[in-house]
Amino acid sequence: MSWLESLRTSWSAVYSHALRSALTVLGILIGIAAVILTVGLGLGTQKDVSAQISSLGSNLLIVAPGSSTDTAGVRGGFGSSSTLTIADAEALASTVNAPDISGVAAEKTTSLSLEANDTNWTTSVTGTTTSWLDVRARTLSTGEFISAEDEETSAAVVVLGSETADELFGTQRVVGQSVVISDKTFQVIGVLDSAGSDSSDNLDDLAIVPFSTAASVLVGGTESAAVSTIYLQAASDGQLSAAYQEAETLLLNLHSITDSTAADFTISSQDALVSTATAVYETLTILLTGVAGLSLLVGGIGVMNIMLVSVSERTREIGLRKALGAPPGAIRRQFLIEAAILGLSGGLLGAILGVTAALVLPGVIGSSIVVSPAAVGLSIGVAIVIGVSFGVYPATRAARLAPIDALRSE
Amino acid sequence: MIDPTTTDAPVIELRGAGKTYRSGSIEFEALKGIDLAIHAGEYVAIMGPSGSGKSTIMNVLGCLDTLTRGEYRLGGTDVNDLDEVELAEIRNRQIGFVFQGFNLLSSLPAWRNVELPLIYGGVPRHERKLRAEQSLERVGLGDRFDNRPGELSGGQQQRVAVARALVGEPTMILADEPTGNLDSVSTQDVLALFDELHARGRTIVLITHELEVARRAARVVWVRDGEILRDELNEDVAA
Ligand SMILES: Nc1ncnc2c1ncn2[C@@H]1O[C@H](COP(=O)(O)OP(=O)(O)OP(=O)(O)O)[C@@H](O)[C@H]1O
Ligand SMILES: [Mg+2]
Repeated sequence: MSWLESLRTSWSAVYSHALRSALTVLGILIGIAAVILTVGLGLGTQKDVSAQISSLGSNLLIVAPGSSTDTAGVRGGFGSSSTLTIADAEALASTVNAPDISGVAAEKTTSLSLEANDTNWTTSVTGTTTSWLDVRARTLSTGEFISAEDEETSAAVVVLGSETADELFGTQRVVGQSVVISDKTFQVIGVLDSAGSDSSDNLDDLAIVPFSTAASVLVGGTESAAVSTIYLQAASDGQLSAAYQEAETLLLNLHSITDSTAADFTISSQDALVSTATAVYETLTILLTGVAGLSLLVGGIGVMNIMLVSVSERTREIGLRKALGAPPGAIRRQFLIEAAILGLSGGLLGAILGVTAALVLPGVIGSSIVVSPAAVGLSIGVAIVIGVSFGVYPATRAARLAPIDALRSE
Repeated sequence: MIDPTTTDAPVIELRGAGKTYRSGSIEFEALKGIDLAIHAGEYVAIMGPSGSGKSTIMNVLGCLDTLTRGEYRLGGTDVNDLDEVELAEIRNRQIGFVFQGFNLLSSLPAWRNVELPLIYGGVPRHERKLRAEQSLERVGLGDRFDNRPGELSGGQQQRVAVARALVGEPTMILADEPTGNLDSVSTQDVLALFDELHARGRTIVLITHELEVARRAARVVWVRDGEILRDELNEDVAA
């Protein structure tokens, strides 16, 4: 008997037990779709988180005032709030002292109320320099960013985050409008592209003014030179640790501190955050995969059950086929193909369902699902192996029976 | 016509054939060491009371069951020396078996049931359907090709089973009560079919309870309690 004949026989058996076949396929299908979706969800979340973190800018080092070991976080003689100044930022920008640092952006941030027409909106107002856009890896949707000239002249200009612009002006044209901050009128010169939000900040709700303007007009007093954060961009990925060293040495010198454990500032790297988060979500993915694997196993046991019943129910059929001249090989082949048909169609339908859901669901649940070809391939493979091993094993046993014993079985 | 008393080597030969059924600790000796020789072209009826071992003999002859004692030679070969594949081929090519309980596959229409032996005989598809239909026509079921066994009467199912036994043109027909469920008209039809096959040189062994049926055969073997009681030629036919 040829493979083609076996295929026909198997197909007609699958077809004539339509309900049982459908249930078997359904069991496999659900298991496969579950594996694809849970693995996809794990990978998707992982991807989302790394994307969010790296949206802060690449090769980034963040210098914050205060010691990482001293919870009070406040030292030195610059008033009560910050140990970092604009002078520190300027020193770090020097290509002689810090050749591996390619960009420096100091931020001075305060929460203030913005007023336009009759609308009031409180947001964080950040004073910074031209390099901010590059260092933070942001882009403008319209208008321009703060220029060096604005910085020199302490110009009363402001760049708004997309949400801030929305709150203040709605659908109106934003560039060219006026905003009042602390009784001073600022002109809007640009709007930032949306960047979403990270774990702690809404990156789209902010107002940016020249650093000098913030220092003199908005904050003033002894704190005018203080900065709240300095962002450093390493020239490349590989230069990140060199940049870290340079920044640390330079700042310790500037602050006349000899012992690095007594530093009055903290440098953290974006990559450290990314790798921590990635590790967490990798663990999560492994966990989810395990759960999905379990559901596939449960599905597999269901399939095995149906196969066992199906084979023992058909022992008489096996006996009859043998009595009519079927060699044991033909019997094994018939059940092998039958099981493979069920396993394969369950696997394929499950993959189709899983991939479709992976395309549709992100719109609903707002989290990406990454379809992993390895997960798809592997789960289809597992489905076939389940079907084949649990279908063929009892069939092989039945094929070994003397025809008359198989025929007599009930 | 082949003379049953021919001295040629018999196609079927049981020597001291014994069969003991075991279920758990209970043993039952269904065949107590019988000798039986049947030559090619013979038409033999096996008769005997219920439980005497007729079906047991028939299953052994059809290579469906094995002896626990003695030997069975088929065409001069001891079947114990044959492997599964060779046995399958013998069952397929040489033997047409009609089971006492029909043994039709309920999920397949009549013609697909009849077609089964041809599938394993490697007959091409288009030819199989044709031959299955011819075989069904021969047993008077020309209008029942597509009915499933559940849609047929007991007698019709039995005739489908006969059609299936005939379809591969086997040299030997082994029939376990092929007329047990048939009315007298259908019985006559099936017996006429067997007569015709016999006339064409086929070896036929059938089991029956009816003397009238046994009388069509040239030779009647009487079985009782697992032993052969009498083995006689039928005067009417042999004459
Ligand atoms: N698988 C089996 N296990 C145990 N005993 C069996 C088995 N098959 C048959 N027997 C016993 O062997 C004896 C012979 O059985 P067999 O089927 O050959 O009878 P039979 O002559 O064909 O009867 P009937 O005319 O009723 O069909 C019976 O007593 C039966 O109970
Ligand atoms: Mg019987």
